[in-house]
Amino acid sequence: MTQENTVLPPLTERSGILRWLRKNLFGSWLDTILTILGALIIYWAVTGLLRWVFTVAEWEVVRANMRLIMVGQYPLAEVWRLWVALGFLMFLTGNSLAIWARRSYAATILLLATPALMALLPFGDEPRKWLVILSVVGVIGWVAARSKPDALGRIVVFGWILSLPIFILLTRGFTSADGVMPIVGTNLWGGLLLTFLLTVVAIIFSFPLGVLLALGRRSELPVVRIASVIYIELVRGVPLITILFMAQLMLPLFLPANWTVDRVVRAMVAMVLFSAAYLAENVRGGLQAIPKGQFEAAHALGLSGPQTMFFIILPQALRLVIPILVGQFIAVFKDTALVAIVGLLDLVGIAKTVLAQPDFLGLQREVYVFISLIYWVLSYGMSYLSQKLEERLGVGKR
Amino acid sequence: MQEDTRQKAAIPFWRDERILNILGQVLFVVALLFVASLIYQNMRAGLARQGISLTYGFLSGISGFDISETLFAYSRTSSYWQAYQAGLLNTLSVSIVGIIASTIFGVILGVARLSTNFLINRLAAFYLELIRNLSLLVFLIFWYLGVFLKLPRVREAVIWPGDIYLTNRGVGIPWGLPTDSYPTFRLILLVGLILAVVVFLALRSYSKRTGRAPLTTVWTLLTFIGVALAGWFILPENPLTLDIPIIEGLNMTGGKVLSPEFMALTSGLVLYTSAFIGEVVRSGILAVSKGQVEASRALGLNAFQTLRLIVFPQAMRVIIPPLTSQYLNLIKNSSLAIAVGYPDLFYISNTIQNQTGRAVEMISMVMFTYLMFSLITSAFMNWYNQRIKLVER
Repeated sequence: MTQENTVLPPLTERSGILRWLRKNLFGSWLDTILTILGALIIYWAVTGLLRWVFTVAEWEVVRANMRLIMVGQYPLAEVWRLWVALGFLMFLTGNSLAIWARRSYAATILLLATPALMALLPFGDEPRKWLVILSVVGVIGWVAARSKPDALGRIVVFGWILSLPIFILLTRGFTSADGVMPIVGTNLWGGLLLTFLLTVVAIIFSFPLGVLLALGRRSELPVVRIASVIYIELVRGVPLITILFMAQLMLPLFLPANWTVDRVVRAMVAMVLFSAAYLAENVRGGLQAIPKGQFEAAHALGLSGPQTMFFIILPQALRLVIPILVGQFIAVFKDTALVAIVGLLDLVGIAKTVLAQPDFLGLQREVYVFISLIYWVLSYGMSYLSQKLEERLGVGKR
Repeated sequence: MQEDTRQKAAIPFWRDERILNILGQVLFVVALLFVASLIYQNMRAGLARQGISLTYGFLSGISGFDISETLFAYSRTSSYWQAYQAGLLNTLSVSIVGIIASTIFGVILGVARLSTNFLINRLAAFYLELIRNLSLLVFLIFWYLGVFLKLPRVREAVIWPGDIYLTNRGVGIPWGLPTDSYPTFRLILLVGLILAVVVFLALRSYSKRTGRAPLTTVWTLLTFIGVALAGWFILPENPLTLDIPIIEGLNMTGGKVLSPEFMALTSGLVLYTSAFIGEVVRSGILAVSKGQVEASRALGLNAFQTLRLIVFPQAMRVIIPPLTSQYLNLIKNSSLAIAVGYPDLFYISNTIQNQTGRAVEMISMVMFTYLMFSLITSAFMNWYNQRIKLVER
């Protein structure tokens, strides 16, 4: 960075504002027309948007339904469990930042301060208190891990692996109604909580399945290869909703009569089966990019087929496709919205119930703009972090 | 050699890779068949409990429901099979309109993203980042509930230049009404098409023979348009009269009224898909190495020739495969019509399934149909890809 700056361009090329304008905006008469057109579009869009946001829109609907949008009909008395679960995640985030992102102070501060900043949004007093606590927990986690970053690495990885079971256990509860943690049925899970859980479960379970399918597709055993190809092409050829409907209507039919499967679990199964097929193709791309010499070298060292795959080929292949995998994960997150069509109350499903309240009829724009904003911020955040990760891992540079 | 075979023979069969491979595959097939038969048995038992058997005979039954928009005459006395066909045609029309519009808009976006004009470049980048991180379902619902249903009532319709009426009952656009000479005009169009093909083939063989590169597409199009225009003016009466939408009481008559559902679905899909196509186009153009442009300039080709003969054909090779996936995505995403109430294939099959309880049959039909769409589209695009790809020795 600094090296590039020390070499100044020749005097004639050094830019003043006027020169920059001339070069970038008014290079030719066509450029000038385009610039004026662009400026008009921006003016029209920005003024229209600002006028709507500040004078027309009635944001009361979002403020009044914030809890519904975040956790659905999850019982108020049990919400503390979700905060504790989030606290656990925040602690791990603090640990991880201290261990793996030692020098990226900007990212550390931003991530740890996000909950405290969110407290400035129109939440009630109770969530505000919890949000501030979350930030504090994150900072404690960061401080705790900073002293011994090298020794704690394994423990933190283990903690991340355990985090999903812990999160689900806390959300669902495990005692009867009068216990400390009464069971909250999945029919009460909703809003961002449900969207989040569906996404995480789909990503975590479809990953190994996708890798297996990719390996199957490249297998030398014709039967395995054909079965993988059929599965992948069949799933990729149909829309996600048909698979969601199939899971909702036909999964109970496929199972023995005495088995019952929860509606949320059915949706999770559909998401896993769907996203695995797409993931398989992405992983296959990575596998194809590994030069043959790597296989030969591994064999020459006396590694067996599975050993070659898991210690030599897969790590390299997966690293190559990190950007594509993150893109796929973002797609999974956005696609979870479709469960609203089969009647689950995720973010979109909750939006419908909010708009059905007599107090808030006709406020579709406000509600859907807010929901879009949530999707946008989280998707953009994921893609931004993946770009940073790529830089750290040096994808495409090594 | 001798020793080698003895060594091979010495390997016990449970460590012989060939036997292991075969054994593994047999085990795999047995496991697969076992799971499949288990599922099938359960399904049979489950259906028997509900008193349904697996047949498609119900399709000839009378549907008894209305469909808000169809491309052919359909009433509630039509059969389920006809309802299914109506949905199929609706899906096709949304897909075709969507693919054409999103390609045009996507190419514009991709080129704008590469523009040296700072403002245009940033504007396109902002649009791409905005759209690509939204959930399509939310986007579509927003277009339906937040835009097209929020348009003014018919009486207070907003009228755009070109007699386009914007109302909450739909968007009215002028449309051609056929007159008596329309059948003759259709024949003339056919002649124009044949002539255009002849011109196309002649120019191509000329270009192969001489190595020159005539503007094949332009001349082919000009031939067709020329014949069409000539026919239009030679005929004693115009084959089509312009029908402009008029407001009559609480409704619009005349012209063509595009329903809010159709508009929301199509515009949402187009705006969403075009953002992805924009990225495809941009990466395709960037993939053509700079040396190619410099070399073609050095050979004395002008900017337009460079673009047409050097950059564009090479960019197409990179663009076509991902573009195919975007088209397939658009077709599959059109099934989200159910969220805005447009009667496409999925929506209608869902209605049929609700009425008849035939979940297995309907889902299998829908999946099969979408699979066919996907296979046909990718077969066509693969054929095109084959035609333009790099010929390697």
